[in-house]
Amino acid sequence: MSKLLEGILEAFRLIITLDPYLMQIVRLSLQVSGTAIILSTLLGVPLGTWLGMCEERKTRLINKIIYTLMGLPPVVAGLLIYLLLSRQGPLGVLGLLYTPVAMVAAQVALASPIVTGLTMVGIRSRGREVEEAARTLGASPLLTAWTVVRECRFSILGAVVTGFGRVVAEVGAVMIVGGNIEGRTRVMTTAIVLETGKGHYELAIGLGLILLAIYFVINSLLYHFQKEKP
Amino acid sequence: MMNSEPVLQLENLVKRYDREVLNIERLTLHRGKIYGIIGPSGSGKSTLLRIVNLLVKPDQGVIRYFGRSYNGAGDTLFLRRQMTLVFQKTLLFKTTVFENVAYGLKARGFKKREIRDRVYVLLDKVGLRGMAHRQAGTLSGGEAQRVALARAIAFEPKLLLLDEPTANLDPANVELMEKLILDRKMTADMTIAMVTHNIFQARRVADEVIFLYNGRVAEMGNVEQVFTAPQNPQTREFIEGRMIY
Repeated sequence: MSKLLEGILEAFRLIITLDPYLMQIVRLSLQVSGTAIILSTLLGVPLGTWLGMCEERKTRLINKIIYTLMGLPPVVAGLLIYLLLSRQGPLGVLGLLYTPVAMVAAQVALASPIVTGLTMVGIRSRGREVEEAARTLGASPLLTAWTVVRECRFSILGAVVTGFGRVVAEVGAVMIVGGNIEGRTRVMTTAIVLETGKGHYELAIGLGLILLAIYFVINSLLYHFQKEKP
Repeated sequence: MMNSEPVLQLENLVKRYDREVLNIERLTLHRGKIYGIIGPSGSGKSTLLRIVNLLVKPDQGVIRYFGRSYNGAGDTLFLRRQMTLVFQKTLLFKTTVFENVAYGLKARGFKKREIRDRVYVLLDKVGLRGMAHRQAGTLSGGEAQRVALARAIAFEPKLLLLDEPTANLDPANVELMEKLILDRKMTADMTIAMVTHNIFQARRVADEVIFLYNGRVAEMGNVEQVFTAPQNPQTREFIEGRMIY
């Protein structure tokens, strides 16, 4: 018990003093997951919007694939990216394995189905009606699409925030493709695994607290979006 | 009385879902008139409006807008901008009342000043000027439907389609909506086709009545003629309230 208490106190000290090692890990985590979610948004929002606007019976198979990928285990995503980027893999020549780029790729594989799927569901619930209303008012196809996205913005933001929550907390994929190399590919989750194994609980607890704080912010945002304005 | 130029002509128009829902041999709407489309539930009234508004494709038939036939191909934007449809279930965008009424004007590239002037004139007409900057989602059902009508009239469509615009509204709101539809200063050049379940409303508002039965035009004619001396037995039954549907 005293060890846990000591660990928590030391963790707070590390956070308050902005310990360089801790901060470097947090910074890299946010950079990797932030880049991954931006790319997933660019990919998933247009695709999800298009799928949401299509007749459901025409996209049934695609829907099933996306729903399946939404539950893709991080280690499987990591394994796929690893096989693609490993020396014998089709993209091995790029030499990206064990770099932040590989970690971003793995997280994009995890987040884009979530952003796509949740955007699709959000658009489907209101998008068709909005599209018809915009068309009857003489909107061009571009304005119609923009109106649909704008009207469903809270669902879309919810999808993006959920996707970010998924990738910032995952450990399996980034461990496989990043290698948990200090100063290069070590992020919060992989550091927690390592430091716990080494018995350095204070750092693991500190990172855990920061991760929890990030989750709190994410959930607050989600809560805010769900309580959208009338 | 001579009829004005045709705005809409339908010939052998057929729409099927799991069964045939619409089969219109011939129907012509003329410029500047108000048509009341009545008929029992499932008679094809809403489907007709949705086909005319290019939201649904017919399975066969010819549609002519303003004398030119439309074959379903090519860019429909120009055509769509000549008409609009107000739905029974109002959908206002999640923005202010002003922005909702301005939407069609902005889509057509009107200048800011003209948009502002037109929107405020219309909001005055529908008694909502004071609510211009309220979020549309906070309006009551009646207010929302008045905004939807103002939004449709704002860009002066040549063909205004109304699908039960006053269903579920209280009498005061119904009166306001009817006043606006009948205000020919606002709707002078418009041809209006209004679906309504309320035969009394059709009689109050329409110049001509179209009675749809089982997807077909069972009777069409001058409002007084149809209401006082219907030629079709189903029309008579419907008007006298003896038709169970």
